[in-house]
Amino acid sequence: MNATPNESVHALSGAYVVDALDETERETFEAHLPGCSDCQAEVASLREAASLMADDAALAPPSRLRDNVLADIRNVRPMPPENETNVVPLRRRPRRLVATAAAAAVAAAVGIGVVAEQPWRDDSTTTTLTATDRVLTAADAKRVSLDFDDGSSATVVHSAREGRAVLLTRDMAAPPRGKTFELWLQDDAGAMHPAGLMDTPGDNKVLLEGDASAATGVGITVEPDGGSEEPTTEPIALFDLSEADA
Amino acid sequence: MSHSASDASGSRVRGPEADGSAAGPDLAALLRTSARGDESAFARLYDATSARAYGLAVRVVRDPSQAEEVTQEAFLEIWRTAGRFDPTRGSAVSWILTLVHRKAVDRVRSAEARTRRDSTYGQKNQAVEHDSTAEAVEASLEARRVRQALGSLTEVQRQALELAYFKGYTHTEVATMLDLPVGTAKTRIRDGLIRLRDTMGVGQ
Repeated sequence: MNATPNESVHALSGAYVVDALDETERETFEAHLPGCSDCQAEVASLREAASLMADDAALAPPSRLRDNVLADIRNVRPMPPENETNVVPLRRRPRRLVATAAAAAVAAAVGIGVVAEQPWRDDSTTTTLTATDRVLTAADAKRVSLDFDDGSSATVVHSAREGRAVLLTRDMAAPPRGKTFELWLQDDAGAMHPAGLMDTPGDNKVLLEGDASAATGVGITVEPDGGSEEPTTEPIALFDLSEADA
Repeated sequence: MSHSASDASGSRVRGPEADGSAAGPDLAALLRTSARGDESAFARLYDATSARAYGLAVRVVRDPSQAEEVTQEAFLEIWRTAGRFDPTRGSAVSWILTLVHRKAVDRVRSAEARTRRDSTYGQKNQAVEHDSTAEAVEASLEARRVRQALGSLTEVQRQALELAYFKGYTHTEVATMLDLPVGTAKTRIRDGLIRLRDTMGVGQ
């Protein structure tokens, strides 16, 4: 993202509405939009305002344009009223964030994570399966859950003693085409560190990569296939581990 | 087509009732009917919106013949995707003009178009049938209110908004043109749109 750390992707809404974003910013904002009801409402209302400006430009077109348009449509069938095809097929919005202050801190930290990309390992190997189970059964395990509007939910289980965190998903939607979900561990300075990718929809149990012993939060963002070294979009989910219940 | 404040009061965005005001046909209903393949409904939709669509395209791409192409492509896209229009997310006219604007900006940004834009081809068609359709007359009445509302913006907000919307520049380019620090033009654009929205009483 071109934004500096303190700038929020929300601030792109106006420029998005008047098509004044470059391609990268547009992609960033469109990845952010399905998960942000505030931005959806703002984009809708600002589009109404922008379209008023066209009143001032109104100019009767040549009549052949009408003939050409009506000739064109005779050869083309309208698409069926299917949902989602022309929007990013991701509809998850946290109903509530566990702690909005922490969420803001994570959002502010987007873009300044500086840890090298790490390969994601699933929990199909004996080693990580054991580590996963150790986290899930740890005496100090803390859980933070988020429910999403589409009925899916996700829970982070964190054990400071084990130094690991596990993400459990239920009824997770698939990431948009060409995108992946990337997991992040947030440190107490607010930086986000890559903690693996997650592409499988449905129910998942994912051991986050990296040392989570001092992690204060876990985030999920939508990233291009292959993941990113630092978040390029705002998190679609944020888990505040400092507020977790033991 | 009316954009008066009373049309929008009480609804978050202008819905079908706003499009169906006495001043014009119910555009949302025409889109719905068009989605079922009704060509005459689409012709009426075209008649009610083509002056704004074409005028916007002319503003952005400048060359009338290219504006005509852009408008033609946009209306074909509108026909194809009419079934995807969701009246709960905004008015039909803003959905249509959003599509036209995107296509016009894409056109003006393509380098190939840039070289062709200055050619004289198509100039002879300029002002052909610059007649006063009902839509154009009505739009010009509405345009006066819009111009007044734009006058309530700060100079920088208005310039940034117009450079982006009517000229198709990115916010980064706008910042350079207006000697603004990088990153602030998008804020001016957003602030300007918010003030325009609130002054005109739409999309609340």
